[in-house]
Amino acid sequence: MASNLRHVTSPLIENNPVTLQILGICSALAVTTSLSTALVMSLALTSVLCLASATVSLIRNHIPNVIRLIVQIIIIASLVIVIDELLQAYAFEISRQLSIFVGLIVTNCLVMGRAEAFAMRNPVWPSVLDGLGNGLGYSLVLIIVGSIRELLGAGTLLGYTILTPASDGGWFVPLGLMQLAPSAFFIIGLLVWAIRTHWVGQVETPKFSLIQQRSRG
Amino acid sequence: MLNPLTPWRRFLARPNDDHVKVFGVAILVAMICAAFVSTAAVALKPLQDAHLEAERAARMAQMLDTLPGMREVMEEAGVDALETRVVEMATGTFVTDIDPDSFDVQAAANDPEQSTAIPSDADIAGLHRRADHALVHLLERDGALLLVVLPVQGTGYQSTIRAMLALEPDLNTIAALTITEQGETPGIGARVQDPAWQALWPGRQVADENGNIVISVVRGTATAPYEVDGISGATATSNGVANMLRYWLGDHGYGPFLDRLATEGL
Repeated sequence: MASNLRHVTSPLIENNPVTLQILGICSALAVTTSLSTALVMSLALTSVLCLASATVSLIRNHIPNVIRLIVQIIIIASLVIVIDELLQAYAFEISRQLSIFVGLIVTNCLVMGRAEAFAMRNPVWPSVLDGLGNGLGYSLVLIIVGSIRELLGAGTLLGYTILTPASDGGWFVPLGLMQLAPSAFFIIGLLVWAIRTHWVGQVETPKFSLIQQRSRG
Repeated sequence: MLNPLTPWRRFLARPNDDHVKVFGVAILVAMICAAFVSTAAVALKPLQDAHLEAERAARMAQMLDTLPGMREVMEEAGVDALETRVVEMATGTFVTDIDPDSFDVQAAANDPEQSTAIPSDADIAGLHRRADHALVHLLERDGALLLVVLPVQGTGYQSTIRAMLALEPDLNTIAALTITEQGETPGIGARVQDPAWQALWPGRQVADENGNIVISVVRGTATAPYEVDGISGATATSNGVANMLRYWLGDHGYGPFLDRLATEGL
């Protein structure tokens, strides 16, 4: 049980798919202008990831190796369409704001990566936990970035005013940059920096260096 | 007695690189996923349509709110919504044997029995077919027309754009244009839905003195009363909106209806 729990806790910070593997960045930039869209996107991705891992793992012994990627994509794409339809039916406003990004979960390397690397080789229950852990790791980054961007960009959180903007008589001047995509790059960059300062093992050794310092033999 | 599960077990027992197994698994996965997706799409369609309908109604109400004095007039006339009538496109006359509440214009446009192919030289809005009947929304008081709202649709850069066009009683001045639905590039073409751009439309003239439909979206700043500023970077979408209006105000669109309104009244 303890080892199973590892599957959930390890991708939260140490093995976080966004900050360690730099996966799912595109959607992390696009949907984090406000906390509510970040939350719904996190929920959508986590459920797709859990269900896809469960399904792939369930039939893993019967997926022919030559067509395994196609089978995985069909399963993931079907789940994404259904989640998108559900959002359009039950959370219409939010689905409008998320626009194409729910549909683009199909192309999110995170989902394919977990199906291919973990669910194809492991039983159903650990696969679901692994999906849940990676989904939550992605969600954590989205929630942090979304909170910072909404708070500093608009002075609100989930639509509730926290910092009264100067235009309404407060002292806070909204930071327009936070509503633009580059700010998400900065925040994720700072997160990666913070995590790699703590877990020094995550620092990648440069594959190439500009100046050859020592000649070979 | 043959056990029906035996062939299934035999299929599963085949090696994974066996051709029958490869095709079988591919087909089975595809079928199951297709059934799953279609069930969800069909089951959730009514809920999604209800949202779209509510959004359309909200935009209609929003449009009425932008028209100065329109709410007061409606209050005086004792109505809270416009009257919807069915118009026969070819003749421009009202039809009473079709119930406007249940008439589905989009379904009719796809039904060869209830629609007409648009000749390609007249099809500037890229619609291919047009329903033989349309819904128009009218506001009248003591028999005099105060506002007519025409639903229009056309092809933009990458999607179908739907809009509501409100005309003043002279049938030549635009009272409002509200884009109700579009799937243009977010941040570029999708700006046709910005209130700031839609606010450019009221007061524009549809036709010149000779009755030619000349309304257009121009690059840069509009100079004539029948021109509207285009959206920079979204030329195709802007032109799509202009072509949509030209088509629907022309002879193949609401032209006959508007002519009849102008000469005969309601």
